[in-house]
Amino acid sequence: MSINKKNDEFALNYGATHGGESDLTADEIKRLKRMAKKNTKRMDAGGWAFVIINTIFLVVFTVITLYPILNTVAYSFNDGLDALRGGIYLLPRKISFESYKTVFNMHGFLVGAKITVFRTLLGTLTSLIANALLAFVISRRRFLFRSSLSLFWVITMYVNGGMVPVMVLYKYLGLTGSFWVYVVPGMISAFNVMVLRTYMEDLPDELEESAQLDGAGYLTIFLRIISPLCKPVYATIALFVAVWQWNSWFDAMLYNRLKPEYTTLQYELMKLLSSVSKQGGNAGTSATQAAASTQVTTVSVRSAASVVTMVPIICVYPFLQRYFVTGLTIGGVKG
Amino acid sequence: MAYENDQNVNIEESESNQASNASAGTGSGASNVARKNDYYEKSLKKSKKLSKGELKRQAVLLILGGIFVVYGLVFYYLPLLGWVMAFQNFKTKKNFWESISKSKFVGLGKFKFLFQLGTLKESFEETHNIFKSIKAWIDQADFIRTIRNTFGMGALNLVSSTVMAILFAILLNEVKNKYGKKFVQTVSYLPHFLSWIIVTGILRDVLSSTGIVNDILRLFHIVDDSYNFFMHPLWFWPIVALSNIWKETGWNAIIYLAAITAIDPCLYEAAEIDGAGRLNKIRYITLPGIAPTIIILLVMNIGNVLNAGFEVQYLLGNGLVQKVSQTIDIYVLQWGIGKGDFSLGTAAGIFKSVVAIALIAISNTIAKKSGQSGLF
Repeated sequence: MSINKKNDEFALNYGATHGGESDLTADEIKRLKRMAKKNTKRMDAGGWAFVIINTIFLVVFTVITLYPILNTVAYSFNDGLDALRGGIYLLPRKISFESYKTVFNMHGFLVGAKITVFRTLLGTLTSLIANALLAFVISRRRFLFRSSLSLFWVITMYVNGGMVPVMVLYKYLGLTGSFWVYVVPGMISAFNVMVLRTYMEDLPDELEESAQLDGAGYLTIFLRIISPLCKPVYATIALFVAVWQWNSWFDAMLYNRLKPEYTTLQYELMKLLSSVSKQGGNAGTSATQAAASTQVTTVSVRSAASVVTMVPIICVYPFLQRYFVTGLTIGGVKG
Repeated sequence: MAYENDQNVNIEESESNQASNASAGTGSGASNVARKNDYYEKSLKKSKKLSKGELKRQAVLLILGGIFVVYGLVFYYLPLLGWVMAFQNFKTKKNFWESISKSKFVGLGKFKFLFQLGTLKESFEETHNIFKSIKAWIDQADFIRTIRNTFGMGALNLVSSTVMAILFAILLNEVKNKYGKKFVQTVSYLPHFLSWIIVTGILRDVLSSTGIVNDILRLFHIVDDSYNFFMHPLWFWPIVALSNIWKETGWNAIIYLAAITAIDPCLYEAAEIDGAGRLNKIRYITLPGIAPTIIILLVMNIGNVLNAGFEVQYLLGNGLVQKVSQTIDIYVLQWGIGKGDFSLGTAAGIFKSVVAIALIAISNTIAKKSGQSGLF
């Protein structure tokens, strides 16, 4: 393979970084390339120091990220009374499943789990359909009100009424005290629409045109042509919405505080955790007191509840990595 | 190629016109291309001059767009009408219109209560020192304190999490081992997917008397008895910043990693020939390479500084640290909803919205002035 000076990226770059046209011969370029390769292989003391410090940094980072989670898991499998003595790090000291039994026998927690699963499924589905349809409409080049509709939604990203007017509105719409407050108001998110729109606009126009020639209406184009191509970005948006639905607690507290039948998992967890913190963070000193009041002490129970709440997400997210990486890159850079 | 197409268009003009109107299916490859070209030109003409056919074709889009506009008006624009409440003594009645129209207007009274400019004026007349009087103002006016807290924590979070994300992205990018890199990255995303409820719960455990931080402090005899971090106002802001770093570093680094990957590898090769070490390559190639991304994300996030101050502060705050933990959103929740003063809550919300928009506009202008592309 001979090196063409005009086409070889290396040569062009060398020229660019060293000012002006590169006047290197092909042989010189080859030699320089070989040198560069050698340079990367042969590391001096500074290079080694960098690698060592970098490795230490990343190991510490990973340990700090993982430890608190593993610690919570260890606590959840430990005997409740024994856990109060502290000193549990990565492994349970006295294994017991009592905490999980307690958690699964809490009525509120079960109701919350049911509602959360339901809102996550329904909310993700409706939100995905709505966002995709809106993005489809905005991304049609020939659509009359394309730019005005787009602006209409971009504004909602930056201007919002605030907590109180929104709550008053939901009250008068009859959304407070119902399940629908979890699904209907948050159905469209302008940010997600913009991510979807950017992706759809990058698809070739010819697809739509040829389909239109074959007599396809816009709905058919959406369902048969655009949607199948958008599967990766749909997965991204579905993941974003699902995580948001699964983790929300504030709407349950604000709108459905008086309706225990519509509580959510995270809200129940919050009530559990805050009841503990009110009892006093220094559980160790009041160990006997706490033990007297409850059979299984709360440190283990709340750890178990936390583990139950985070397991579904932890199991799913590693497999969806490539989707959210692309989605975030589109949304973040092109906004 | 183009010549061929033109020829086909000429030859099959009448036929293809018919075909595109009737939208019938089959034909040879060549005539397909021709038809498309023809169709394209016609549609371009049509898009300038609206014909009935085009309107008919776009009916679906118009209906869908209309539905979305109605939805947006109800859920995003109607609350803006509720801003009227801030200038009233709002009392809830049977329906929205009745409540709005029958509540008494009080002008800027609610805003005066929020800002308590009188306090500032009094203390300035007393001391004639602007810094001292602002301090007194912050001490005495609840809402001013929440503004300080919101901005303070927002800025601290923004700076610390951005710096950490960039550092993490750059260092991770330098790792040569593919599997190690993948593992660290996968782990780094994990906390982002946990709710703040879980994260604050975990944080309480880690910092509790039996948690690892106190164990380590005891091990090195830094403290004799366990130290309760949540009781000291001084620790609250750092704790919030650290929990943000813990939760979001890996996630925020995704974009920076993508930006680093987009840098032309030849630049690194050229730098190597010039004898640049790793640190120099990071300084002179990687950092300038991701600078536009950093600017855009900063511009985007500066507008969100005020929005970031709710969940952690609400979940971690307690009576002892209330003076440094209360943010605007918590204030709205406490006064507007907890104590039922809807007008006051709305006024505080309006202030937040207006400041957020101003922040975006300012940071966008600065970004553009400094030669970077902004958001708009």
